[in-house]
Amino acid sequence: MTESRQHYLARFESLRERLDKLGTDRVRRLRRSAIERFGDLGFPTVKNEEWKFTNLAPLLAVPFEPANRDGFDLDALRPVAARFDGARLVFVDGHFQPSLSSVGGLPKAAVVSDLATAFAENPALVEANLGQHALAKSSAFTALNTALMQDGVLLQLPKGTVLNDPLQLVFVSTAPSKMSSPRILIVAGEGARATVVEAYLGLCEPPYLTNAVSEIVLEQGAQLEHYRLQDESARAFHVGLVQVTQGRDSHLVSHSFSFGASLARTEVRTVLGEEGSSCALNGLYMGRVQQHLDNLTSIDHASSHCTSRELYKGVLDQRSTGVFSGRIRVHPDAQQTDASQTNKNLLLSEDAMVDTKPQLEIFADDVKCTHGAAVGQLDEDAIFYLRTRGMAQQDAKRLLTYAFAREMVELIRLDAFKARIETSIATKLPNGRELAEAA
Amino acid sequence: MHLLEIRNLHAGVDGKEILRGVNLTIDPGEVHAIMGPNGSGKSTLAQLLAGRDTYSVSEGQVLYQGEDLLSMSPEDRAVAGVFLAFQYPVEIPGVGNMYFMRTALNAIRRRRGLEELDAMDFLALAKEKLKLVEMDQKFMNRSVNEGFSGGEKKRNEILQLAVLDPKLAILDETDSGLDIDALKIIANGVNGQRRPDRAMLLITHYQRLLNYVVPDRVHVMADGRIARSGDRQLAMELEQKGYAWLEQQPDPTSRRGAVAQ
Repeated sequence: MTESRQHYLARFESLRERLDKLGTDRVRRLRRSAIERFGDLGFPTVKNEEWKFTNLAPLLAVPFEPANRDGFDLDALRPVAARFDGARLVFVDGHFQPSLSSVGGLPKAAVVSDLATAFAENPALVEANLGQHALAKSSAFTALNTALMQDGVLLQLPKGTVLNDPLQLVFVSTAPSKMSSPRILIVAGEGARATVVEAYLGLCEPPYLTNAVSEIVLEQGAQLEHYRLQDESARAFHVGLVQVTQGRDSHLVSHSFSFGASLARTEVRTVLGEEGSSCALNGLYMGRVQQHLDNLTSIDHASSHCTSRELYKGVLDQRSTGVFSGRIRVHPDAQQTDASQTNKNLLLSEDAMVDTKPQLEIFADDVKCTHGAAVGQLDEDAIFYLRTRGMAQQDAKRLLTYAFAREMVELIRLDAFKARIETSIATKLPNGRELAEAA
Repeated sequence: MHLLEIRNLHAGVDGKEILRGVNLTIDPGEVHAIMGPNGSGKSTLAQLLAGRDTYSVSEGQVLYQGEDLLSMSPEDRAVAGVFLAFQYPVEIPGVGNMYFMRTALNAIRRRRGLEELDAMDFLALAKEKLKLVEMDQKFMNRSVNEGFSGGEKKRNEILQLAVLDPKLAILDETDSGLDIDALKIIANGVNGQRRPDRAMLLITHYQRLLNYVVPDRVHVMADGRIARSGDRQLAMELEQKGYAWLEQQPDPTSRRGAVAQ
């Protein structure tokens, strides 16, 4: 534990010169206070309430090195990038790759750039927001990301700007034993609307680490539909935070799919900071072999008349484990809060496990809050029914599992992304064959 | 060779014997009805024939086209032409009715060495069969049985019967919970599926279905056995006198069981 802390503190020191060139004085100060904070915090243990169900020992056992900018095979990456048709920023081992990216077709008013460029060209905007929402003080991983971030994305939408097509942010890891710390900053001005896809993929068999932070600000009336796909390589580690601050009447829809990695922790946190703001957080995690997929959501109802809807589903097969922690905090002034949370889990094997922990903290009296959690197996009656109609047992199980997951797929409003998720789900099912037309 | 031959079948669950020596023979083209009070073992027999593994067989055998039916998996039975219309059809959220039936039919066709139907061909087939049970095509676009009324679920079962084209159709209390109009629709559907090469086994608590689907043979089940067999007169007699009447009568078939001719 102490060893891994020392390791990353040393990595920061060795990179310091390079890091100091990125951003203004304020960013440099942000980094320094973040690394200090990381030194104080150290990595969380299972004694930490928010990490109760996730043991980080396997992640800490590998001394990951910050990834370099070069040394990958560009040709192998072209087909991966090409699968994201349309506007996309592609990052390889955390570093922006202009030759794989294309941002044509976006409205001129929108500022879209890699973060390294933004540090130089939009310093005021960056320093006004970076680290102001995803706070280094609250998490060792966020602190580490803040200290080590070199690249990422800045998306700024001035008042009223509408992105008709999704902006896709693709992070591909290729380097064994490396870590990347991508940082995404999205500032959606008043009434702005956008759809953003974040995809984390791996082309690297040995372990690597992604520690990603997305910091999102939705100003009055802004609307963001945010899709996040965690489909890292089988032996990878993934830690990701999506931290949102919502202004008056803003609306966030978040879809989080967690399919890959040997150990993944995905956090989606939003603060409904002003009246009338609302969010819908959706999630699907599907584990096989010995995968450990941890999902944490946190919704702060910090103002009155806000609405939150939450639906997370888990499918755990073989010896995989899943975690869902859903925290909803209703602040004393947040009257007329309307919150609902549902978590449903399907265990496909006797060795699969899931921990589900709703956590409602309600300090206002005029509120409507509901929550429900369920853990179950496939319905034996339904399996029998399908078998009497001629379907083999494995096919029946696969179809029912797909049907369980499908509810989350149906919520996707991007055709290409939907097709990608359907394919991913099919490969996670027993006997993975296409079931995309089951509807 | 008979289509179905049940010989001295004993079966139960958790050590409790439910079927206590059932004998029954069915030939192609015949429609048999099994009546009996609640708990007599009718539905156990239906589920057992379809392959439900909740029940264990302690004695006897079941031959289907001369083969040992009990050693076959439920899906193998379906491929071989056995169909059970469920008393309580299962709701399957997230699986479209159309996809479900096409997948089922194609699984069976594939195993029978027939060409699979594509979506267009299947739609044409489904449209034709929907008429038989007076069902709207919109039911095909909904999840299997989800939110269907009792009558709609039963019609959906008969629709599957028509689509999957079995040799032996077992209808487990398909008439229960239906009002008279729905019963007539179901009965019409069933009658439309009678064929010289297909046998049917109707399991029912009440005689009223048999007013519309006239069986060749009627069996009365009591206490895990077939207590009496006859033609449809037997059903009418039962309707008049009730099941209690049966228990007071000496059972002429008890020694050799009921074997339909």
